[in-house]
Amino acid sequence: MRRKTPYPYWFVAPAAIIFTVLFTIPTVTSLYFALTRWDLFSQTFIGFDNFVQFFREPGLTRGLINTVIFAGLTSGLKTVLGLLLAVLLTAGIFAQGFLRAVVFFPVLVSTIGVGLTFTELMHPTDGAINMGLSFFGIDGPGWLTNPDLALISVALVDVWRGVGLATLIYIAGLASISPEYYEAARMDGATRLQQYWRVTVPLVRPATTTVILLSLIGGMRLFDLIWAMTRGGPGFSSDVLASVIYKQYQAGFYGLSTAGNVILFILIGVLVMPLVYWLNRREVDL
Amino acid sequence: MKTKLITSPALAAVLALSGGAAWAQDLTILSDSSPDTVATLQALGDAYSEMNPDVSFSIETRPGGGEGDNVVKTRLATGEMADIFQYNSGSLLQNLRPSRTLAPMTDLPAMDNLLEGFKTAVSGPEGEIYGVPIEAAMGGGIFYHIPTYEELGLEVPLTWDQFMENNRIIAEQTDKAPIIQTYRETWTSQLLVLADYFNVQVDNPDFAQNYTAGEAKYAETPEALRSFGRLQEAAESGYFNEDFGAASYADGLAMLASGEGVHYPMLTFAIGALSQDHPEELSDIGFFAQPGDDPEQNGLTVWMPSALYVPADTDNLEVAKDFMNFVATPEGCRIIFETVGASGPAVVEGCELPDDVPPSVSDMQKYFDEEGRTAPALEYVSPVKGPSLEQITVAVGSGINTAEEGASLYDQDAAKQARQLGLEGW
Repeated sequence: MRRKTPYPYWFVAPAAIIFTVLFTIPTVTSLYFALTRWDLFSQTFIGFDNFVQFFREPGLTRGLINTVIFAGLTSGLKTVLGLLLAVLLTAGIFAQGFLRAVVFFPVLVSTIGVGLTFTELMHPTDGAINMGLSFFGIDGPGWLTNPDLALISVALVDVWRGVGLATLIYIAGLASISPEYYEAARMDGATRLQQYWRVTVPLVRPATTTVILLSLIGGMRLFDLIWAMTRGGPGFSSDVLASVIYKQYQAGFYGLSTAGNVILFILIGVLVMPLVYWLNRREVDL
Repeated sequence: MKTKLITSPALAAVLALSGGAAWAQDLTILSDSSPDTVATLQALGDAYSEMNPDVSFSIETRPGGGEGDNVVKTRLATGEMADIFQYNSGSLLQNLRPSRTLAPMTDLPAMDNLLEGFKTAVSGPEGEIYGVPIEAAMGGGIFYHIPTYEELGLEVPLTWDQFMENNRIIAEQTDKAPIIQTYRETWTSQLLVLADYFNVQVDNPDFAQNYTAGEAKYAETPEALRSFGRLQEAAESGYFNEDFGAASYADGLAMLASGEGVHYPMLTFAIGALSQDHPEELSDIGFFAQPGDDPEQNGLTVWMPSALYVPADTDNLEVAKDFMNFVATPEGCRIIFETVGASGPAVVEGCELPDDVPPSVSDMQKYFDEEGRTAPALEYVSPVKGPSLEQITVAVGSGINTAEEGASLYDQDAAKQARQLGLEGW
């Protein structure tokens, strides 16, 4: 049974109006404009043509696949590296507070700044990375100019930028595990590795859920880093949904880019909702 | 239509008589953010205010490229446009729906001064003219490093095969990059395809018409597919600078000026940037049209200047039109040349190039002086230009796609644009 709200209607009215004007109306109209050919001056209703176009044009489908690859890769790496770093940084090592700050620092830097900096570092001939590699006699690849590598390079930079947040969440998660579990495990003769797999990993599951969801959603809607580093290039090889949508918008295909946003909305929903359900159920099982 | 016939001579008479009439008005102008454009508009505004002290100008700027397109479209659609704005001519103008959003300038007295090719590029589908030029015409072709040519005894190529032969000699005898490509700025990758249009229309004169009608496709027309093929051939030859994927436009100009790179396919507006950043080396840089198959049929693909337009719903239509008329006179044209220098021939009749132009400009002028050696780029004779061409040419130039794949991707891209414009046959 629903509890009756303690607030009178006039009290919630301002928030309701803002919500309607800024969120409900644009969402509903965008569903309509996704079904039109729209040039801002006029629109023609064309049914699902925009969606068909999205799944037929190679440049656009490539963006869809890249989005899933990018989100999966960054989310996975942030989860694994985040937990390992958190374990290291709660182990009472030297200069722990300082090192925690160092890991978290990239989160505070502007994404565009990070992107432009790494674009210079990853320059195929004059970049610091390849110059460093050539010192050891290794011929570094074109990190951002090799079509097979560009998306992965951007993903690695995104992991560098975002792993600090995952670590922070894990540190909080580790702090909430009672030391008695480790004590009991040691009494039973568990090794460090067994303690890690049998105690730490299962008990930080709430933190894991948060990290996976945040980084997966963040990865799927990522735009600024891709735009600063490759603009989806070379060619279309590192295009993701968000950069594809922006390019359609820039080109004046307003209906098509709205349809792209609806697809992104549905994609995030389809991937994330079952994941939330699954992760939460596992939590209850414990 | 009737009323228009009556009003237009009347208006022309009013405009002619009212040279210094009392309009205490401030006109707003929206310009792209390039320093040259802003300086040009400033100089034109100052000259006009001197004659009409009651009129003043405020210039605001917008970003260039796709972002700027959106600013212009959004402001036109919401009725927030400045009194006058600067924008591209050709296919990009068609995307603004000029017949609905812009005030026609067909009846300006100074329209007679403008070249036909330019007028076509600033006309709507129904034939009204909307814009007046604020720069010189440009050529798309290949800049080259003159000292390297002299050192190796090379000659300006008249066919594509001679061009590739020159590249081979440069690659064998020097450690310079024969062809400069700069894909950090993707728009620079389109030149080898777009500047080949003179050769396309020589061999297939009806291509533009059939292309607009949706009957001819890049991938299915051998003369058009050849343009993509030349990009692929250049890419596969290995003649590009080593860092072509990461080099910027500014890097490209620097390589050309220093002779580190010998050929740079580019639009001649680069002469402006070269004279600012590399004034010492400007006399080392020459220019030739992108060669085709037949040495007898060698000519230049021409880009029309950007223009000023007046939105249909401005409150200051009369004075804006008078200013537009001033810009289209030979005097307006001279002010432009004095402000930013001459990077190509004017599209205003009676406005001659100054005598002391750099070699690249006089190289370009030769094509204009002879009958039949220039042709407008496809985007000025057809409203259809796909917006993703620059990504596709990067893909072909980087060896990701073949010429055939690139051409068919571009056909799909152009089809999207044509449907958005509501053209028949797509």
